[in-house]
Amino acid sequence: MLSNIETQELARKVRIHAVKMVNKGGSSHIGSVLSVVDILAVLYGKVMQYRSNNPKWDGRDRFILSKGHAGAGVYAILAECGFFDIVELDKHYQDGSIFSGHVSHKGVPGVELSTGSLGHGLPVASGMALAAKIDKKTHKVFVVMSDGELDEGSNWEAFMFAAHHGLNNLTAVIDRNKLQSMRTTEETLSLEPLRDKLIAFGWNVIEVDGHDHDELFSAIDGDTKKPKVIIANTIKGKGVSFMENEIAWHYRTPNGRLFDQAMKDLGEKI
Amino acid sequence: MRDALMKSLFQLADKDPNLMLLTGDLGYGVFEEFEKKYPKQYLNIGVAEQNMMGVAAGLALEGKIIFTYSIGNFPTLRCLEQIRNDACYHELNINIIATGGGFSYGGLGMSHHATEDLAIMRALPGVTVVSPCTEREAELATVELSLRKGVGYLRIDKTKAELESDSDDFKIGRARTLVKGTDYTIFVTGGIAEEAVKASKILEESKISLNIVSIHTLKPLDARFIKNEIKSKKGVIVIEEGVLIGGLGSSICELCVDSGITINNFKRLGIDDHYSSEVGSQEFLRDKYKLNSKAIVKEVLKFVNK
Repeated sequence: MLSNIETQELARKVRIHAVKMVNKGGSSHIGSVLSVVDILAVLYGKVMQYRSNNPKWDGRDRFILSKGHAGAGVYAILAECGFFDIVELDKHYQDGSIFSGHVSHKGVPGVELSTGSLGHGLPVASGMALAAKIDKKTHKVFVVMSDGELDEGSNWEAFMFAAHHGLNNLTAVIDRNKLQSMRTTEETLSLEPLRDKLIAFGWNVIEVDGHDHDELFSAIDGDTKKPKVIIANTIKGKGVSFMENEIAWHYRTPNGRLFDQAMKDLGEKI
Repeated sequence: MRDALMKSLFQLADKDPNLMLLTGDLGYGVFEEFEKKYPKQYLNIGVAEQNMMGVAAGLALEGKIIFTYSIGNFPTLRCLEQIRNDACYHELNINIIATGGGFSYGGLGMSHHATEDLAIMRALPGVTVVSPCTEREAELATVELSLRKGVGYLRIDKTKAELESDSDDFKIGRARTLVKGTDYTIFVTGGIAEEAVKASKILEESKISLNIVSIHTLKPLDARFIKNEIKSKKGVIVIEEGVLIGGLGSSICELCVDSGITINNFKRLGIDDHYSSEVGSQEFLRDKYKLNSKAIVKEVLKFVNK
């Protein structure tokens, strides 16, 4: 298990990779990537069991990124954790590449599920958790969701399902950055009171600062009687001064002076 | 037909504990015995087809062989993107069973008319699309789909072809001759084959011999067999209980154009880009949309009198 200093450094590196990947590929969703990075760093650095040299090891914990648009973050953390060479990240969003803007499993070691259309991750994760229960396996299933994707009804079908079947080997982390595609989540389709809703759906709900590695770890780690959901309060665009809480960076690509500024904010020499 | 597929599911569940049957809260009076015998291999997901397909994908990713079940358009159109992204793209062994093909539930209204399913499922890369016309075909298709890699679609009909004797000569992707004849070929998929068989009996009296072929597998299509049939007969009629766009008739047209085959006498019988707001029994709706033995006889006589 990595120390906090190490997971914070891992998160910083992933942010730098992601901004570079998006810059090179001319893609975006960078705000959504930056908000989720600390959650990924804690999962891959502290919580999950996996073998990067044997990605299909049966005893591994399963991970699904349901908010597939933050795929750059997953590719970057997988590379940092040794699933494939970091130079591969240069291929992100390039013609003929397997590293698509939304996360794809084909040919990418460590990716369990291709996502990109919202509302798919939790139902599939529930199926995986159910399979582990049936087969009496002890690994856990983790799924990271966006708050905006909670608009999708399929998630609420799955919230009901997982609680009904007592899938306490399933943990969902909601990247609660409070911004979706056009406006805030509350202006678009109110999620609040989110905590109460999730409790009413039969889940063990824990709310944390989604950038505090200690809080994230103590919330995610540990056994529970019910399926567990972490509401991780985050800042969209976290770590890059001009992107924080700015919806535009759901779409914009950092180039030129702004790219330089982003690198500077993340402590990377250009 | 439903009983036939249940027979196979019992056998398969018995043989392989990894086989699981998931239903979207339908199958009253059908699944009780299965649930009792194989409680760990049966799951009523609830009225939540998107979740059913997502959960199916999760289970299949962990090595389970899945059959999902519902009626009409619920296990297909309601969760089409889950089928596409979660099941097909991940090449999972998930087999979708829909009962009530075509106008089986005609009286229940448009929501229950499964008339675009074959065209839509056929368009998804990698899906095996099977629409059996007899109980034996349904039974054998179920077994074969469970062993086959990738997503399967099994469309079950209320009606079935009445044959003098059914045979075990069934293989996915291989067309099957139901009635041997020499003049005209009728390609048919699903239970509506019963109308073709009836037509062949009517035309026998006029010394016109129909060859009835069950194209139970719309994908992969038995291209070689179909091409030979077309070349060796005086005309071809395709009948299907679904929309003309994208179905069996369309597949055969595509095959002919792609292979440079021209057919002088060719007619497709199906529903022409339309939703039925009229309700009625399957028999009534087939008659309304000219999808019955009467319509086949009429079209064959048009060929004869050309």
